[in-house]
Order: sequence, then structure tokens, then C-alpha cells
Amino acid sequence: MDESFIEAAGLTKTFGPITAISDVSFHVGKGELFGFIGPDGTGKTTLFRILTTLLLPDKGSARIGSHDVVKNFREIRKNIGYMAGRFSLYKDLTVEENLKFYATIFDTTIEENYHLIRNIYSHIEPFKKRLAGNLSGGMKQKLALSCALIHKPDTLVLDEPTTGVDAVSRREFWEMLKELKKEGITILVSTPYMDEASLCDRVALMQSGRIMEIDTPAAITSQYPYALFAVRAGNINLLLNDLEVYENRRSVQPFGQTVHFAPANAANEPEGLRKYLESRGHSGIRIEPIHAGIEDCFMMLMTNSEQPKTE
Amino acid sequence: MKRFWGFVIKEFYHILRDSKTMLVLFGMPVMQMFIFGFAISTDLKDVKIAILDPSSDEITRAVESRILSSGYFMLESRLNAESEIEPAFRTGKIKEVVVFEPGFASRLQREGTATVHLIADASDANQANLIASYTTAIINDYVSKASQTSVPMRINVESRMLYNPELKSVFMFVPGTMAMILILICALMTSISIVREKELGTMEVLLVSPLKPIQIIIGKVTPYVVLALIDAAIIIVMSYYVFRLPMQGSLFLLMLETGIYIILSLVLGIFISTNTENQQTAIFISMFAFMLPTILLSGFIFPIANMPKILQWLCAIMPPKYFIIIIKNIMLKGSGIMYVWKETLILISMIVLFIILSIRKFKIRLE
Repeated sequence: MDESFIEAAGLTKTFGPITAISDVSFHVGKGELFGFIGPDGTGKTTLFRILTTLLLPDKGSARIGSHDVVKNFREIRKNIGYMAGRFSLYKDLTVEENLKFYATIFDTTIEENYHLIRNIYSHIEPFKKRLAGNLSGGMKQKLALSCALIHKPDTLVLDEPTTGVDAVSRREFWEMLKELKKEGITILVSTPYMDEASLCDRVALMQSGRIMEIDTPAAITSQYPYALFAVRAGNINLLLNDLEVYENRRSVQPFGQTVHFAPANAANEPEGLRKYLESRGHSGIRIEPIHAGIEDCFMMLMTNSEQPKTE
Repeated sequence: MKRFWGFVIKEFYHILRDSKTMLVLFGMPVMQMFIFGFAISTDLKDVKIAILDPSSDEITRAVESRILSSGYFMLESRLNAESEIEPAFRTGKIKEVVVFEPGFASRLQREGTATVHLIADASDANQANLIASYTTAIINDYVSKASQTSVPMRINVESRMLYNPELKSVFMFVPGTMAMILILICALMTSISIVREKELGTMEVLLVSPLKPIQIIIGKVTPYVVLALIDAAIIIVMSYYVFRLPMQGSLFLLMLETGIYIILSLVLGIFISTNTENQQTAIFISMFAFMLPTILLSGFIFPIANMPKILQWLCAIMPPKYFIIIIKNIMLKGSGIMYVWKETLILISMIVLFIILSIRKFKIRLE
């Protein structure tokens, strides 16, 4: 990152008694693909709405390029492409009419910037006469991205674009974002899916309106300080129950059909664990040492940040 | 400008593709005109009346048989004294009492003139008016026919409206209905259309675009101006051909005034929508803020002059009041702009006021 194109400092926003985001600061380089990762309700949407000039921050400031999100909101609105969290295109307009409408209100035409959306729009172009309301989730998302891109914005703000979209479309979508990066477009994207974090250049892990950590995905995972094992057994529920009460445990997190287990003291593991599980009557026990993923790091950061609060 | 027209085209798509919107836009006015129209023009049939005839001579019998054989009226009872009139009405069965003066025929022969009192139950004002005028017509018809064969005579018909002495002209209904339909459709439609963008989340994306509030507002209004003008034309054609409302004044002036009123209604709709968050609230406010006052406080049904001062002031801020005055003047009296410029000016200033308020209220952000 040779320059900081987007910069936020101490952004805070409350809605009545609820603090949506608190003291959020970060900077994003030009042409960077920057991800905000966190579960629902962590303030990602509020943060994006402040950046897209839809909300005013209570405290703090932010700018995109040289434009302040509060003072120069008109300039920003001309230069960003925004994809809102829920599908917000006109369902009673066809695919083509939606795209044309967004092109027109930004004073451009589909033809003028077709090169930008070709890769994305070509997937849905065969259905351009279809009403947007009748598209599948993946196609809606491609249309929304096309509409957000049609005016050649220098920044894209995508609020949970892959939520509610099938796995194949999600992968395709991230491929498209990588292509867009080549055009020099700065992309901010939020997602609750931890596995998508590794597809970003850098990520901010968010929890309860705060940013816990900002770094490249590789740097975040390499900082995981503990030994970690993926544990499998015949009955996953019983396995979880038994792990929860195992003495030498630091953290126990279910991941689909496996459980990620970090011991408090790695010296005796995983042999101690295997013996314990055998003594509890588990069959088909498999314990493998693994590298921590983003989700493991997230869980660790989350428990660490929660502990001081409960005191 | 290109942005603006892009927006207008989009609005047209929304309207033309929604069958419910189209139904409200074009089905409702026709339906309402018929409902209100037939409240005016329903033919009387077998209306129950009572007769008080102390004279009971050949002329009163002849008049009675005329009335009763007309097909409009049916004899419910004969009364014997004036004191029976009020109780007869109280039973609710009869709508009119025909009262002949004592010694009717002899008086007619001696003085050449006699009097019939028609007392009608005006708690249903429209019907009472109709009943009285039908009865009067029958009596007059009898008189003119009788005068041709024998000596000239004159029967004075005096009608009295019980319970609601202030009857307004039936022609009131068409202008009133027009005022109501237009304000309802325009205000309702536009208030829904902006609020719908908020509900669907598309407003969020619209806001993050270079569109200015005024472009969004005017863009929302424009298609409805066109469609409401078509509505107005339908109403005027219907009132002329179906309900025989006279068209004395300039059609051009009428359409121009209607256009002004339509724009005002639309702007009011926009004003509502900039202050509400969901469609239900918008519909409710449109109904309560426009439909009821149009019916109650515009002079549509209840004469403003009879209201308490406070209500009269309230009437003064009701746009339909001025519009009804304008169309009545143009359609019924054939007045030109010289007679309605004041009302026109009031409507125009209301437009300006509410456009300013709406733009100031229009949220350029989400909160």
C-alpha cells in the first residue's frame, strides 16, 4: 500500500442506547481488496453506510480519496459504487432496464463502460429481458454488481454481497472481484463468511462494533499462538460434549464434522486427548495437527476481547 | 436532464406493470363516479308517502291519483290531522307527506289558486330533494293539462324539508367527487411510490447517486400528472355524457385548473411520503388527511357557511374547497378565469409551499 486512499479515524455511531460501531479506524490503499469480517450485528453495515454518506458518524471522520464523507458527500456519491446488503434493484424492471436506469442516473450509458462489466454481465445477459425479481440469488447479485459498476466508480462498497448466495456463485463472485482489482478499483467488502477472508488483500476482523485486528489473512493466521488439532470421532455431538469438559482445554470450536481443539498445555498432546477420548468410549478417533484458519483466530480474538469486559 | 428522464421512464414502468396500481388509477375513478353518480340520478320507485287531505274533493282526488299512479309513489297511509305528520315520519316508513289545504277545490274555483304543502324527510337530503321535485312536477303537469280544458288555475306547491333545511344542488356531487377522486389517487399513489423505495431498500442506492432530491421528487410526480390528467378527462366525459352535467365554461380552462389541482395533490402525496417510513402509514395518512376532509370539510356535502367558525378556518386550508368552487363556476356557471383567479392563486401558492417543505424534509441520508 503506497498510499492510503480511504481513511477512517475513530468512527463512532450510536442508535439510541445501542452502540453500532465504536472507535473504528483503518486505512485502505488504492486498488486494495479490503474485507470486513464479522458475524451479523457487528456494525459492518453501519460502517459502510457512513462511508457511503448515508449516515453521519457521531464521532470521528472518514474520507475517500480527498473527499470527506460528511462535507463532500455529493462528490463521493458520484464516485462510488454501492451494493446494499439486501437486494435493492427494481424487481418489476427487467435486467436490462435496471442496468440502463443506473447508467442513466450516473449520466453514462451501458455501452460506454461495458468493458468493465463484460465479465459479470455476460453471465446474465441471456436473461436481459427477464424481470429482476425472477432471477436466482446468484444472478441477482451479479446484476447488482453490474449496476454498481456501470458508472466506472473508483471505489466499490459491497455490503455482504455473498450472503444468501450458493457456493458456486460465491466463488465466481470473488473471481470477479479479483478481475476488478486489475482495473485499479478499490474494493471494500464485508462478509460473515470467514473462509472468504483469505480472498482479500487485507482484512479487518470485527466484533461488537470494534475492529479487533487488521492485517493480511496470512499474517493473521500465522500469529495464532497455540497448537491446534482437528478432532473427529464417530459421534460429533458426544465428542463435543466430552471435549467441553476435558481438563487440558483452551478452546473447543465445532467446524462442521470436525472439532478444532486447542490445548491449554501442548506438552502432552495429542496423546493425552486420544487416551481421554478412548476412555470415554469414542470410536473412529482421528486427531490431526492443523494450521489455524481465520475463524480460529477470530474466535481466539473474540474470547480474548470478551474477557476484560466480564470483569 | 437525461438523468431526470431516465428516472421518469423508470416510474412509468413501475406504474404500467403493476395491475393493482392501474386498477386504482383507472378503475377507481369510474367506479366512484358511478357510485356517486347513481346516488344522484337513481329514479324514484315506489316511495312511500302519506296524504293529509281534509278537503277530499274531486280536484284533490285527481291530483292524488296522478301522484300515486305515476309509479314513483305508493300510498302508505292517510292522515287525519296535522298533528299526525310528525309521528308518521318518526315511524321511518314514509318519506313525504302531501298536505292539501282545507276546502281545496272550492278555494281554487273561488280564488283561482290553492296551496299544496310537500313535507319531505330530508335526513336523506338528496332523496328528499328528488321526491319533492318529482311531486311538484306531477302537480304542475296536472295543472297545465287541467288549465287547457277548463278555467285557468294555479296550485302553489310549497315544499318543506324536515331535518335538513339546507339542501345543496345535486350538481354538487360531480365536482365534489372529482375533487375527491383526484386528490385521493394522486396523493395516495405518490406517497406510496416514494415510501416503497424506502421499504424495498432501493432508496439507499438512489441516495448514493448524483440524483438530487428535486430530481427524485419531480421525477416521481411527472408520470402521475399525465395519468391523473387522463383520469380527469374520463371524469369530465362521464359527467357530461352519463350524468348530463352541463359544461358551460371553457374546457381548456377546466383542464388547466384540473392540472393545477392534480399537481397540488401529487405534491401533498410527496410531502406525506417524505414524512413516513412505510406504505401502510402513507396510505392511512392519505386516507385520513385527504379523503375524510374532502368529504366533510370541502363543502362537498356539508355547506361551509353553516359550520362553526373553527371548522370554517379548517375548511379554508383544504385544497378541494377551492377546486370545487372553481369547477362549479366553470362547469355550471360558465365563468372565466376572471372569477376564479383568487382560488387558482391559492392553489398555486399551496403547490409552491409544499414543494419547498418536501425538498427541505427530503432526507439526503438514511436518518
